[in-house]
Amino acid sequence: MSAASTPSLWRGAGRLIGKRIGLALVTLLLVSAVIFTISGLLPGDAAQEVLGQGATPEQVAALRHEMGLDRPAPVRYAEWLGSIVAGDPGQSLVANKPVADIISERLPNTLTLAALAALVSVPFAFLIGIASAVSRGRKLDRGINVLTLSMVALPEFLVATIAVLIFAVELLWLPSITIVPKDPTFAQFARAYAMPVMVLAVGVVAQLGRMIRAAIIAELDRPYVEMARLKGVGPQRLVFRHVLPNAIGPIVNAMALSLSNLFGGAIIVETIFNYPGLASLMVNAVTSRDMPLLQACAMIFCATYLLLVLIADTVAILANPRLRQV
Amino acid sequence: MSLSPHVEVRNLAVTVRGPDGQPLRIIDDVSFDVARGEVLALIGESGSGKTTIALSLMGYGRGGAAISGLIRVGDATLDGAGGASLAAQRGRRITYVAQSAAAAFNPSRRVIDQVIEPALIHRTESAQAARARAIDLFRALGLPGPETIGSRYPHELSGGQLQRLMAAMALITQPDLVIFDEPTTALDVTTQVGVLQAFRRVVRQQGATGVYVSHDLAVVAQMADQILVLNRGRVREQNRVAALLEAPADDYTQLLIAAAHPVVKAQPIPAKPEPLLEIAGISAGYGPIDRAGRPAYPVLSDVSLTIGRGAAVGVIGESGSGKSTVARVVAGLLAPVAGTISLAGETLAPTVSGRTREQLRRVQIVFQNADVALNPAHSVGDILGRVLRFYHDMHGADAQRRVAELLDLIRLPATVAERRCDELSGGQKQRVNLARALAADPDIILCDEVTSALDTVVRGAILDLLADLRRDLGVAYLFISHDIATVKALCDEIVVLYKGTRVESGRRDGYDTPPFHPYTDLLIGSVPELRPGWLADESVQAAAPLAHLAESPDLCRFLPRCPVAMAGRCDVAPPPLREMSAGNMVLCHRTEAELVG
Repeated sequence: MSAASTPSLWRGAGRLIGKRIGLALVTLLLVSAVIFTISGLLPGDAAQEVLGQGATPEQVAALRHEMGLDRPAPVRYAEWLGSIVAGDPGQSLVANKPVADIISERLPNTLTLAALAALVSVPFAFLIGIASAVSRGRKLDRGINVLTLSMVALPEFLVATIAVLIFAVELLWLPSITIVPKDPTFAQFARAYAMPVMVLAVGVVAQLGRMIRAAIIAELDRPYVEMARLKGVGPQRLVFRHVLPNAIGPIVNAMALSLSNLFGGAIIVETIFNYPGLASLMVNAVTSRDMPLLQACAMIFCATYLLLVLIADTVAILANPRLRQV
Repeated sequence: MSLSPHVEVRNLAVTVRGPDGQPLRIIDDVSFDVARGEVLALIGESGSGKTTIALSLMGYGRGGAAISGLIRVGDATLDGAGGASLAAQRGRRITYVAQSAAAAFNPSRRVIDQVIEPALIHRTESAQAARARAIDLFRALGLPGPETIGSRYPHELSGGQLQRLMAAMALITQPDLVIFDEPTTALDVTTQVGVLQAFRRVVRQQGATGVYVSHDLAVVAQMADQILVLNRGRVREQNRVAALLEAPADDYTQLLIAAAHPVVKAQPIPAKPEPLLEIAGISAGYGPIDRAGRPAYPVLSDVSLTIGRGAAVGVIGESGSGKSTVARVVAGLLAPVAGTISLAGETLAPTVSGRTREQLRRVQIVFQNADVALNPAHSVGDILGRVLRFYHDMHGADAQRRVAELLDLIRLPATVAERRCDELSGGQKQRVNLARALAADPDIILCDEVTSALDTVVRGAILDLLADLRRDLGVAYLFISHDIATVKALCDEIVVLYKGTRVESGRRDGYDTPPFHPYTDLLIGSVPELRPGWLADESVQAAAPLAHLAESPDLCRFLPRCPVAMAGRCDVAPPPLREMSAGNMVLCHRTEAELVG
């Protein structure tokens, strides 16, 4: 409580954040068990898939034994978890390559797409969220509301298809599938990514923009905002100095949710634009019963999600003097 | 310039969009002047438009309210015709002190940054100079540690400190006009005195004109030169303070003055009623409980009291005294760590989940804020009907009849049953809140600050109602309040709590004349009286001789604030419980003779 409370300030925040990290690790462990169990419940297994419909039960059993699939589940779980922690998610049962290699081919693609989509959508979301909140109830706000609601309601495949029809089929501006050449020029890069990024951004901008609007409006009704106005604080300073620091907690949490969607939920965009990302890899792993690959993908998505939420929590804790001084 | 009044308001009207979408005029034809350096008080009940008028002096209409008429402050006018507009003067030459400083400070910014912000926005001086001025103001306002207090965040400061800091924020640009909007309403009486003194001293030093919004005539009598009485957006009377208090011309003013002092309506104290609720040695608190059985944040320590059948016992104390915790423990919302509660001889389980429905029915609680306690989506009939179903298994026509009876008891028309709570006025809601408790047909009602959020006139009516219900139904009350006048108007016995300890208890009439516990003395002496000049310029409260000592659970809790504390006695042993000749029990080292002196 003392005025010179800087050291205790960071100790309080450190303790809270440490707690969050611990919780995230526990969650990840539970998730790993769930992923392992659920992937075991899928009908058929990799041995069946490799040998095809014509295989005799004896052949399948022999291959299962060879692949180690006939050992008890807890043993396989422990072994799998150990190797995941060690950074080796095992051998793909179908492609006969290390899972790590397959993923390391795809992960940069997914990261690039997600990062570009985030880079485009976050500033737009802030722009329309703030504009909409400060003009609450007026024409601009109502216009933005109609727009964002329809953007949220439009399914991604429809947006993607319409975009392809307009920009690739009619106007011939952009390629309908995303092929990034090796060492692309900026123009090639931009042309390749324009459409998938745009399609992903539509949903994120709308959703995040609405959440930012709601978070700001909740703050605008608080007495300190009226007090600031009565001090002569102008609209810009009001939003950036007074309101946003208090609204940042809910906003970063909404951002974490939206961004984790960009990461793992890009399956439709990846499929339509034939983009080699992680989401389509995971779907392929499900159809081919390639459990090690499927489990590794699922773990990556969960870990990313937890990491984003953890970052959001940390920002929220640091932005709130009450929490960081506990 | 010096001859014309500083503030001139002519035919002010404020219009908002009403609930039906039609324009609704909430202020109509208000005109007044304030001379330079004087303080005008705007007084009236909630809904009288006093805050709306005060805000219109800054050209500000809440929720887009439309302001019309002529307002001039210095050379600034509403529409800016004289060169400057009122809106441009906000925070510069016209400043504002809000009712709840705790809510009006931005929780995520350091206080000093907020205090000097007006000076930076309006570029009256550099940040460094503004900071130095702020520290001078902190010192003048009597804030502890003026050099460092600004580096704290609002949640680290008390309500009284925040209210002073907000005054510093209002004075940082050396304004001509300061608007105080109920600046001490949210404070304890003991804190209010010091804050009022500091405000008055600093405003006088700066030579600023003041507009003081309040519902409390006694406070206004200390702060203002002129009083403007408002009712439903219209002026009822304007006069100098002394003249208005001595000879109120308007009948509404007379009503306000009468309501400022609740008349003792309490029945004669019954001789020795059969005990109904007995609280014995209760200790309680919040947070995890350590090995010694003490909670991390102890609130109550060893509190005992007995309420007889049909009796009314008042509990008073400042915020943080634990008075609401007493009600929460009795109601079973918080389990005590020690002590027992018994109802008519039956020991009650520590929490609601262990009590029978019959026991729950007999003890009902009514909360301070009816807005929060009543579900706004339900009609009054639903709210009361649910209680009847739960406790009495009453349905259909029977329940409807009983709802009508209950509404009659609380003096509301039976048609109110159809209305939703948010369509009712504050006083009506509090009546429904009370009816909800009465629907259970309880033996005792725990009233937690039930009149604190109400205006004086409405408060008087609710106190009358409570007294009548007690007489007619024989219900007992545990009546919790921070206001000793309210408690004396209703209760037979009064318990004074300080930091969770019972420092004094006794019959109502024992609180009419000294000796009192020094804390009771402070409470009684802090209630402003309805006469100008009651508030001294400097603190009349003698300094506490042992103020340097930290508070200890093993000694008298009041020691660091006690003006009559004795070194060598008060700081070595816990105080004994003494019986005064008037029958009051006082927890103090001082003898009766010493306390009288």
